[in-house]
Amino acid sequence: MSTTIDLAVRDDDLGLPDRIARFPFPFTRDTYRYSTNVEPAGSPVATAAGGWGRHPVDIDGHYLDDLTERERILGADPTRFQSLPHMEIAQWDAMVTLMRMLADAYPETFALERDGEARLFVNRALGLEQSFVFGDRSTLPDPPLRFIGRHLQEDVVLLDQREGALWGDAGLVTFAADWSLRFDVGMSFRQIHGPVPRVHTEGVIPRAEQFLMGLQAGQCYRRTNWSLSVDRRLDQSTETYPEWGRDRRLLAEGPLEDVGRRLHLRVEVQHLVRLGVSGAIMFLIRTHLLSFEDIARVPEWSGRLYSVLDELPDDMADYKGIMRTRGPGLRWLRTYGGVRS
Amino acid sequence: MTLTSDVPVRNSAGGTELQLTVAETIALTPTVRHVRLVDPAGRTLPSFTPGSHIVVTCGTGPGGRPRRNSYSLTGPAFEPDHYAISVRLEESGRGGSQWVHDLQVGDRVPVGTPRSAFAPILTARHHLLVAGGIGITPILSHVRAAVQWGRSFEVHYAFRDGDGAHLDELHDLCGPRLYIYTAREVFRKRMGQALLEQPIGTHLYMCGPTGLVDDLCERAGRAGWPDARVHYEHFRVGDLDPGEPFTAHLTRRVIDVTVDSGVSLLDALESRGVAVPNLCRQGVCGECRLPVMSGGIDHRDLYLSAAEKEAGDCVMPCVSRANGPRLELDL
Repeated sequence: MSTTIDLAVRDDDLGLPDRIARFPFPFTRDTYRYSTNVEPAGSPVATAAGGWGRHPVDIDGHYLDDLTERERILGADPTRFQSLPHMEIAQWDAMVTLMRMLADAYPETFALERDGEARLFVNRALGLEQSFVFGDRSTLPDPPLRFIGRHLQEDVVLLDQREGALWGDAGLVTFAADWSLRFDVGMSFRQIHGPVPRVHTEGVIPRAEQFLMGLQAGQCYRRTNWSLSVDRRLDQSTETYPEWGRDRRLLAEGPLEDVGRRLHLRVEVQHLVRLGVSGAIMFLIRTHLLSFEDIARVPEWSGRLYSVLDELPDDMADYKGIMRTRGPGLRWLRTYGGVRS
Repeated sequence: MTLTSDVPVRNSAGGTELQLTVAETIALTPTVRHVRLVDPAGRTLPSFTPGSHIVVTCGTGPGGRPRRNSYSLTGPAFEPDHYAISVRLEESGRGGSQWVHDLQVGDRVPVGTPRSAFAPILTARHHLLVAGGIGITPILSHVRAAVQWGRSFEVHYAFRDGDGAHLDELHDLCGPRLYIYTAREVFRKRMGQALLEQPIGTHLYMCGPTGLVDDLCERAGRAGWPDARVHYEHFRVGDLDPGEPFTAHLTRRVIDVTVDSGVSLLDALESRGVAVPNLCRQGVCGECRLPVMSGGIDHRDLYLSAAEKEAGDCVMPCVSRANGPRLELDL
């Protein structure tokens, strides 16, 4: 990682490495249920180990590795990038907004300069400069959303608003947690969330959609979501299920001492931004993975994670794909993770 | 177009008030004045969606309260170096338009960040844009976007002879796609035809006097246009009514908290040091729900179900209020 990247939160006197100190531990209670848990973005969140949340885009020590992984995935499967024809303007809008977010968050690494009609984007970590004219495809080597995907660790989905609903009409998603952009593209917000248990009778999804449709240009909110993953595997999309699905069973059947190293808490920090020119909603998904072994270094976290996993109703555990792994996770936390139940 | 309101501008995450200065004023017609507003430090202003308006604080009205009007933005939308509005003098109005007409270069003007309520539909096959009088202002920003992004469109613009604001600019942008009318009957007749000859997938956008909008909506309905393809600028206030003042009695603490008009119950509780868990402050997330012992409630949230609202035993204090002088909370 380039030393020019000014990390928002540094190691504090707890002496924990960045991957732990900056991890967005999502649980504030001992139980978890779905809710419209949105809050205004941009305010730092203190955790038992450090903190997170200062910027809507987040560059960390995995930057170069994650970008390499994204290019590998897109090379093998270009359908991870999708854009319906009417989303051209939203792609441009998203690209420039993300460039601005990067430059605001990490001014030593990124810059976006203006020269009349043209703009110059600079990424010093990659040693790259690109000038372009907003809306002019001949000035960029890639479609705008594909282009900006080479510079940030977030996955991006763009939602068009019409007929009183939101539609997931474009996206660049290489690090999906058990879903498929290619399957979902063109669906409405409610269709996309159709398989989620409980949220429909509890009105969570319509309320979230109402909320998003009421956002005005420039407004930015965030929420978190979570699941469990075996190994530090960012790509758990439906398309590659044959590669990762069986690991959950193999982990459960394998030795308990391996669980702490291999089983990860997977947290998505999601930002929701109303774009100005297109009026689209930009949905950013940043995936953080932290092993149970690392979580156990923060006693408040291991205790709380244990309570949440232990209490989580089966229908929610099933939807999150953790029916096989939560048992071993709980046993490991009791046996090696310092949790007394 | 103009929307008048005395409602305080409520700014949440990202929405801020901008202090701009007048860079230029131009008399477009005998009744319409065009004003360009810029950031005093020369900074770029926030981008906006075509059809957006800004809420301008036009001095103070009767009683010394700020007078706020909404005006459609007519200029470029992407990282603009200025916001432009065109304001028709309303002789019978409350003085807001007169205040704008009196502005001089260098005057300071507080404006809210742009709000979108009349956006183009990006999937439309063709855009049929119709303006009456000063209703041309949001249509003009639609036209700019349509030209830039190569959309199929046409503009029908009706105005009183000699009072056609932005006519030269529209001619330049639209060429033969602009149809202008100064005779009401000619406009009515031509629109009847225009509503019948559009390709499937066309969206209709209208901004103008109520009579024109109502008439066209009705005729579009009779001509078989689906409602979802008919759009008109509606002057709904996006922000909540400031409401009447009331007293919140906290039964456990045995204290009274005064809630002024324009102040939320949540804000009033917090300013008395009563902590209430909350997130969105917009009546959506459900975090700030409070139990109610007695008193009528004006529910304004999107969170509680109809049955919960009917029961009257809880309130979302970030947006909802008492609908009487007193509300008793179990706090």
